[in-house]
Amino acid sequence: MAELKNFQYTPKDFKSDQEVRWCPGCGDHAVLNAVQKALTELGIPKEKFAFISGIGCSSRFPYYMDTYGFHGIHGRAAAIATGVKTANPELSVWDITGDGDALAIGGNHFIHAIRRNIDINILLFNNEIYGLTKGQYSPTSEKGLMTKTSPFGTVEEPFSVGELVIGAKGKFFARTIDANVALSTQIYVEAAKHKGTSVVEVLQNCVIFNDGIHDKVAGREVRDDRTIILKHGQPMIFGKENEKGLVLDGLKLKVVKLGENGISGKNLLVHDAQEANPGIQYMLANMRYPDYPVALGVIRSVEGKTYDTDVEEQIMGIQKGAKIKCMDDLLNSGSVWKVE
Amino acid sequence: MTKNSQVIEREEVVIRFSGDSGDGMQLTGTLFSDTAALFGNDLSTFPDYPAEIRAPQGTVGGVSGFQVHLGHSEINTPGDYADVLVAMNPAAVKANAKWVKQGGTIIFDKDNFTDKNIEKAGYKSDPVSEEKLETYNVIAAPISSMVKEALKDFGLDPKSVLRTKNMFALGMVYWLFDRKLKYTEQYFDKKFARNPEIAESNKVALRAGYYYAETIEALNPVIKIEPAQIAKGTYRNISGNAATAWGIIAAAEKAGLKVFIGSYPITPATGILEELAARKDLGVKSLQAEDEIAGICTALGASFAGNLAVTSTSGPGLALKSEAIGLAVMAELPLVVINVQRGGPSTGLPTKTEQADLMQALYGRNGECPVVVIAASTPSDCFIYAFEAAKIAVEHMTPVLLLTDGYLANGSEPWKIPSMKDLPKINPPFADKKEIPFLPYKRDCETLARSWAIPGTPGLEHRIGGLEKTLKGTVSYIPENHEMMVKFRADKVAKVADNIPDLKIWGEESGDLLVVGWGGTKGYLMTAVRELQSEGYKVGLAHFNYINPMPKNVNDAFSKFRKIVVAELNMGQFADYLRMKYQDFKYAQINKVQGLPFTIKELKEKCIKLLEEK
Repeated sequence: MAELKNFQYTPKDFKSDQEVRWCPGCGDHAVLNAVQKALTELGIPKEKFAFISGIGCSSRFPYYMDTYGFHGIHGRAAAIATGVKTANPELSVWDITGDGDALAIGGNHFIHAIRRNIDINILLFNNEIYGLTKGQYSPTSEKGLMTKTSPFGTVEEPFSVGELVIGAKGKFFARTIDANVALSTQIYVEAAKHKGTSVVEVLQNCVIFNDGIHDKVAGREVRDDRTIILKHGQPMIFGKENEKGLVLDGLKLKVVKLGENGISGKNLLVHDAQEANPGIQYMLANMRYPDYPVALGVIRSVEGKTYDTDVEEQIMGIQKGAKIKCMDDLLNSGSVWKVE
Repeated sequence: MTKNSQVIEREEVVIRFSGDSGDGMQLTGTLFSDTAALFGNDLSTFPDYPAEIRAPQGTVGGVSGFQVHLGHSEINTPGDYADVLVAMNPAAVKANAKWVKQGGTIIFDKDNFTDKNIEKAGYKSDPVSEEKLETYNVIAAPISSMVKEALKDFGLDPKSVLRTKNMFALGMVYWLFDRKLKYTEQYFDKKFARNPEIAESNKVALRAGYYYAETIEALNPVIKIEPAQIAKGTYRNISGNAATAWGIIAAAEKAGLKVFIGSYPITPATGILEELAARKDLGVKSLQAEDEIAGICTALGASFAGNLAVTSTSGPGLALKSEAIGLAVMAELPLVVINVQRGGPSTGLPTKTEQADLMQALYGRNGECPVVVIAASTPSDCFIYAFEAAKIAVEHMTPVLLLTDGYLANGSEPWKIPSMKDLPKINPPFADKKEIPFLPYKRDCETLARSWAIPGTPGLEHRIGGLEKTLKGTVSYIPENHEMMVKFRADKVAKVADNIPDLKIWGEESGDLLVVGWGGTKGYLMTAVRELQSEGYKVGLAHFNYINPMPKNVNDAFSKFRKIVVAELNMGQFADYLRMKYQDFKYAQINKVQGLPFTIKELKEKCIKLLEEK
């Protein structure tokens, strides 16, 4: 990806002329703002961005971006984006998807994009509900959630996005909250800069069908105590007064209070997003309220070869020594004979 | 190698090699075909193998066959009935005896006709008497013991020794048809360059078979087929799948585009993906996707990004791709979808041929969703129609469905190699800066194709997708706009008819019976019509490659015959399509759904019956 520093954009440059049609109060508005802001910080010319989506509320996203955009079909954004990036690795390719789109109908493409480590950025809007079809449970809905298709509560275990990403050999996983535009912007920039498949789980609020689903951890009053913002190389500390932290207790994470039982800042775990072994990152990604704070920030960011560059390199390597250089060469190669 | 036997000349001959699916019959048949082609015979081949990689040994279900038809004159089919059958075991006799001409030659491996194998094949005692083959020229050769004897000094393990049985049989057939061993020997030298012992053992077995046949004078007189009168030029053998893959690469070169194939392995289409994956030297990007849907969706993404994008599949895979074809229709992006038809429905007969995906190709999607549908008709013309599919897709900004079938895909024939300079240029309708502000659904006045704005081009940023749009690319639910766009998409596909050749009538241009066919049956229909003509019947053939849209002169061509019969390997899908499109005519039908091609015999019989009816 050509990183050109002299492109001075403002978020407005990325706004298309289409009227944004999400419900008033929907978390998607904040995500759109944060992404438009993040793009101004990348130094990438506007024509190099391609936003690809599937189906669902979040998937209308490309229409609101003044970039190249392709609104696909349900679940297939990761596959379409894979084709776009493989065909032209120069592009900055973004896959905008939701919990239903990416984890139910598109689960296969989601895990295989991650496995290939193709250099695309997947923003997964997780509102734990189907919004566009008006309120059915999704693969991330908490067990027992009552919805139109689970009037007596679901009897299904939900997926944890981070767990799935790491299980699929994912090298970049981050989590943010829709309303926290500053944190989100920073994470989208990091996701874009990471070479390989970056998955960002956005805890997003559906104001109509699942309003407040993330409030118990992300609400203004409680979020300092119930979330932890992880920063690479920094101790894992959280709370209104930065009075709590995480330590490793045997093979498990444990929440501790600084100053209690002789615990000081030195005892806390230091976040290492770049560690290839995902053990600790896996536990961090799976932390749930009320036992733990929910982890936000970049949880895992590990360098690795990417599919799109490997494809290019393999072709270039083969072409160097190849005897067949054009179609005429191929047509006349191998066993041929002349009829005089 | 000299021969004392008497020699007779024949116009054509059909040979069928058959044995267990591990007996190497496909290779044996291919080596024989290559030798015949190098000699200058015209030929056509047809492999017939089970879906199971190794079905239980010795059973009829596990029999793998390879038929070669070669001749001094033009050969259009792999032939109905064999002059020579090579049967490596009793099951091969059981599966193929009915396909041998009355009085033909059957070579079998006597050593393999044990009581156990005879029983496994479903015979009680002696296959020859049970099949009433006494009047045939049956050569019971002790092939297994002969190769053991010939290779006893090689120190090979028994398995490797017996693996050369097929070469012994091939050596015998070479003697029968007065062929040279040189090409096959060279093949082994090259193939096993790093393992000269294996190369040598195969060559020894081959020669042993040849001399054995000479010694016993296996067939007297020896049959000679002179080279065919074929046009001057450079030739090669090519299978339908390889020709399809090459047609795509050729089109990309002519369009100045890169090839991207997103595909998922499925019989009998996999060869296309394999061939394209091997062509990294020509810059082909191939992605073996996680499923059929990802195959087409990655291809569509690559098309959006400016590649010549292709996906290949067979019937069940086409069903999975339907929704994404609809997206390609809506997005108006170029895309070639290759469907190598096989017996259906569902998993059906994966390794057998059929033409029953026509309606699926034409209509198998939600909404008003027209695509261009074209069909190849011989293994080598898969090249032309793959090229055409790509040309139409790119120049008309539309998905094109290319239909081939299992028979074309695996069949092969000699092919006069085209020169790239003789192929037409392909002109992608790229959008340029003059079009800023870019309107994604603005159309060319003549073709109605929209322009192709490639991501990365400054100033042409735009959005497309599956929702109905206005000219500007804005999502629109306005009733009149939807109807207008539906009509535009239909007219765009209909206008492809301006750029396709007229339907040619082959044989009589007017007369009593017009045989109508499409796709892979062409060789059979041509041969049947040619033979009927030579018997004095006034018969013509209208064979279709362009299915949607149709050539413009169909009405005119059809009106010159007293009767029309539509022959196809399904229950009458093309006949129904014609009934809908050209209602002035009555259509009789010849249909077959056995997973097998037509035979000339059955085609002629049915045509004669129609000709003789009032």
